[in-house]
Amino acid sequence: MSEPTSPETAVLDGLVPVVPHPTDEVGVNVAVQAALAAFAAAGNLDELKSARLAHSGEKSPLSLANREIGRLDKSEKAVAGKLMGASRGRVNKALADRTAVLEAEDAARILVEETVDVTAAPRRRRAGARHPLSTLQDRVSDIFVGMGWEIAEGPEVESEWFNFDALNFAPDHPAREMQDTFFIDPVDSHLLLRTHTSPVQVRSMLEREVPMYVLCPGRVYRTDELDATHTPVFHQFEGLAIDKNLTMADLRGTLEHFARQMFGDDASIRLRPNFFPFTEPSAELDIWHPGAKGGPRWIEWGGCGMVNPNVLRAAGIDPEEYSGFAFGMGVERTLMFRNEVPDMHDMIEGDIRFSEHFGMEI
Amino acid sequence: MRIPLSWLREYAQVPADASAEDVMNELVKVGLEEEDVHRPTDSITGPIVVGQVLSIVKEEQTNGKTINWCQVRVVPEGQPQTLTNEGIDPSGVQGIICGAHNFVAGDKVVVTLPGAVLPGDFRITPRKTYGHISAGMIASSRELGIGDDHDGIIVLSRLGLDPEVGTDAMELLGLYDQAAEINVTPDRSYAFSIRGVAREYAHATGTTFTDPASLVTVDAATAEGHPVKLQDAAGIYGVPGCDRFVTRKVTGINPALPTPPWMASRLNLAGMRSISLVVDISNYVMLELGQPLHFYDADKLTGAITVRRANPCETLKTLDTKERKLHVEDLLITDESGAIGVAGVMGGSATEVSDTTTSVLIEAAHFEPISIARSRRRHKLPSEASKRFERGVDWEVADEAAQRAVDLLVQLADGTATTEITDAGTRPAPTLIDLPAGFASALIGIEYTDEQITWALGEIGAQLEEIEGGLRVTAPSWRPDLATKQDLVEEIARLVGYHLIPATLPTAPPGRGYSRVQSQRRRVVAALADAGLTEVLSYPFVTKAQNNTFGAPEAGDVAAVKLNNPLSSEYGFMRTSILPGLLGIARRNHGRGFRDLALYEAGQVFLPGEVLGTSSIPPLGIRPSEEELEALYNGLPHQPTHIAAVLTGHDSPVAAEHTPRVYDWADALDAAKLVGDVLGVEVVVSQGSHQAFHPGRTAALALRDGTFIGYAGELHPKLLAELDLPERTVAMEINADELFEAAADVIVAKEISTYPISTQDVALVVDEGIVASDVLEALREGAGELLEDIALFDVYSGTGIEDGKKSLAFGLRFRATDRTLTADEASEARAAATALAAERFGAVQR
Repeated sequence: MSEPTSPETAVLDGLVPVVPHPTDEVGVNVAVQAALAAFAAAGNLDELKSARLAHSGEKSPLSLANREIGRLDKSEKAVAGKLMGASRGRVNKALADRTAVLEAEDAARILVEETVDVTAAPRRRRAGARHPLSTLQDRVSDIFVGMGWEIAEGPEVESEWFNFDALNFAPDHPAREMQDTFFIDPVDSHLLLRTHTSPVQVRSMLEREVPMYVLCPGRVYRTDELDATHTPVFHQFEGLAIDKNLTMADLRGTLEHFARQMFGDDASIRLRPNFFPFTEPSAELDIWHPGAKGGPRWIEWGGCGMVNPNVLRAAGIDPEEYSGFAFGMGVERTLMFRNEVPDMHDMIEGDIRFSEHFGMEI
Repeated sequence: MRIPLSWLREYAQVPADASAEDVMNELVKVGLEEEDVHRPTDSITGPIVVGQVLSIVKEEQTNGKTINWCQVRVVPEGQPQTLTNEGIDPSGVQGIICGAHNFVAGDKVVVTLPGAVLPGDFRITPRKTYGHISAGMIASSRELGIGDDHDGIIVLSRLGLDPEVGTDAMELLGLYDQAAEINVTPDRSYAFSIRGVAREYAHATGTTFTDPASLVTVDAATAEGHPVKLQDAAGIYGVPGCDRFVTRKVTGINPALPTPPWMASRLNLAGMRSISLVVDISNYVMLELGQPLHFYDADKLTGAITVRRANPCETLKTLDTKERKLHVEDLLITDESGAIGVAGVMGGSATEVSDTTTSVLIEAAHFEPISIARSRRRHKLPSEASKRFERGVDWEVADEAAQRAVDLLVQLADGTATTEITDAGTRPAPTLIDLPAGFASALIGIEYTDEQITWALGEIGAQLEEIEGGLRVTAPSWRPDLATKQDLVEEIARLVGYHLIPATLPTAPPGRGYSRVQSQRRRVVAALADAGLTEVLSYPFVTKAQNNTFGAPEAGDVAAVKLNNPLSSEYGFMRTSILPGLLGIARRNHGRGFRDLALYEAGQVFLPGEVLGTSSIPPLGIRPSEEELEALYNGLPHQPTHIAAVLTGHDSPVAAEHTPRVYDWADALDAAKLVGDVLGVEVVVSQGSHQAFHPGRTAALALRDGTFIGYAGELHPKLLAELDLPERTVAMEINADELFEAAADVIVAKEISTYPISTQDVALVVDEGIVASDVLEALREGAGELLEDIALFDVYSGTGIEDGKKSLAFGLRFRATDRTLTADEASEARAAATALAAERFGAVQR
């Protein structure tokens, strides 16, 4: 038993579908197989939509066959209902499965189509940078703050007394001339550009309580013309510890600890006798730099010593009760050999490439 | 100080094969730092031998010059020539062309043979010249780099030498010697002598030292010595200017005698030129013993010598023939004719030793260092003598040095020592230092034994006496630097060895970490870098014009700190603004091809106060009074920390898929506001005016309480053109100290409401001259407590807006802390806001 095929379904399918009788197990099965085959053959969601209209749409053979159930007598209804229900269930499940597969494929395809060339990404934000001389001073300060020290600072235009006399530079002592000082006009104002950060140590001693462990980083001045290794404006960090019973061994231990934090566990230091008006005994400090360019070697790093009693007295500290040690290094010099900066000009010219290369680190 | 090793070897046991480097490696252990090596053989190589001129043929040339065609024997007669370099004649006789005429046949001369190299990489080869093959050169001292004498070649007999032909002339002239140059610290005056360095070398190596001063036998002073009066009992700081003045007289000197090569060579290596035998002896003794000597031509002296300070208006013609005005503080050597020398600095020309001098009066004096230093500075006359006197000379060595000079004049210059011997002055009290037992160990952290301590102090020449609780130490006369027990400890530590000092780590008391301002500054400086700016550090030296432009909003002279001795007189002032330096760096980077720049710097500026400095300074070694300290602090210029930024070009690199934004005036404001944001301090902006900035695009920046903190905006186009910087470059500069201080110590939390937001926009038309921030403030005030936030989101003028007016659009966000706002409540608040804006500025809602 059959019914004429509607022109619509014929167009959809490309062939004339046969509407089976709802109890015709073979005929229904043919329609089901046709539906499953069409769904499986659908390569995309559009094709699947056509297949759905053709095989499970209102005009599809199975739908039309299903519609016939109402017209059947009671005995056939049960058989047909069961057959059609199961068949349509199979078809719907196949449709849902295929839809899921094709939707997933479609989503994946869109993502693939959205592929960009990540190597062509623009930098939308300028990366800023610190000056390495600043970063290095911060690093040094961090190390000493970590040891319980405090950081002290002071003015760059300084009184001659703080820069020299308080540090036991007698007015006519040759050492005073060795400092190549910029004086402020008029000279009898007794002002100068500090030649070292030691005046900050004097200020600390006058203002703070003993015991005292302070590090003084900052900018200093000497009348050297700029060349590959000199600059009239440079930076130092100087340390000062005043306590009961401090020894030169404590100085050595402090410097060694610091050197290892700056240059690695293999770094060590060497002290050589030297002269500074503000320390007695005094020493020159060499560092064994394991990572030095051209191989490990000793490098002159700075000066140090036990604070001269006259310096303690200038700050009203009793040298019979307290002793102290002090040390000082150049920041530029440290940067030069730690980070292999070949020429002083790079540090002072402000070329952005110099700072940007270091970024926020040192 | 340069130390010829042959000289050092006379007084210390230096291994025969030790190089200058080896010696320096030893000396550095006791604190004499290495400087350089001077080794003639680095620039001279042989064969250089003694030759005898056999014959001279004078040949006149067409250019009018006469040259000598010489036959010179360079190996002893009868012996074979063993050298085989090209051009060396197997006969042992070389044919040599020589242009000099100061020799005759039979003279022994120095011959540089083919294969030799002279200073300046001058290679000796046989060469065809004046029609002959000249196979070698007869050398002058100048050509050998050992003297300035270019009057002719070296004639050995005139140096008092008669060596065998063929002798190695380099050996003869001391050219195999070498010198170690060391840096002498200002406390170690005694190391400006072979005597001092030999002693130090012995300290460093543990070898024996022979004191050269102990090798002379001093003749005692006599009644007929040259009369000397010391008339300066209380000089500078009440110290006598001269406390010893030894004179010796030597007569019958033969001024034609040459300086022997060994002496010339040592002087040369020590960095002093050989001048004449008499002068050389004076220098030689100074280098050997550390005692500067002055030789007067005894025949040119007039009567007794007096050492005194200069009289007002007194003058002296010094050795350099300059007429010098003397200062009343100058210590003078005078005779009855007047001044004959500035003590320890320079002698006068009238009594100078010349090449005809046959009698000399030797002066070996001890002068007070400060007096010498001041005269040297005043007359700008640094000399080998003043260098030593300024640092302190051994009081005891004066007569020994004078004796040594006498001995050398007798030995080498045919002189006769007279019995005219003066030794005026008073020996100063020796320096006694008490060294408590255990003090050295307590200061250094090594348990020194008594033996180590007495050994070390004995080594340096100190006398020791045991006293209750320690040692009484008499410092050696050549160590004026030893004055305190700490000085003695340094001697013990360095002789026993600094390398033995152990490392112990002291425990600092609990620290307080970074101070508040230090943390604030760090955060601000880091935040600007985080925001994409690059930190630079400029020199703070600026011109007067730069300070006048950047240091004040209006034209005029800006008070600034001026340098007395700037490196460049143009850049002779300390900055009152960071911008000149920062713009210079911007210019440099721009010149190097970087068009997009965002630079900043944080640093001190220098603003003079009412008082500049102090008229005097407190003495050293004692704590100044509170008044004195107050004066020192008050005399300093104000030195606040400023932060400045300069931006030009784009905010990010040009790239595919990205259009960078061009920096404009608002970016400069943004940088300043960022600093405020980081610190939690509001930066209040108003229209400003500053000569360095665009008159219509300048913001004056202030704190909420009205305290002015700086400027931001676009720089003046005229200024940018002058600076050769791109148009529209923007900048800001703020006083960071004000912001640091304004930051709250504790930030009190604000209640966070979770009720819904109610957003209302309003567009207001106002006169063009009214600034947005004022309108915004009125709205904020009018809206009351319910207003959570307000922002200006559009500024419009043009179609639909009356001429001379502008429309400002604001977004208002209302929220209550305790309830959901009704639409009416929000509208009411908005109406109140616009009402206040209308009242204040005639603002009309669009």
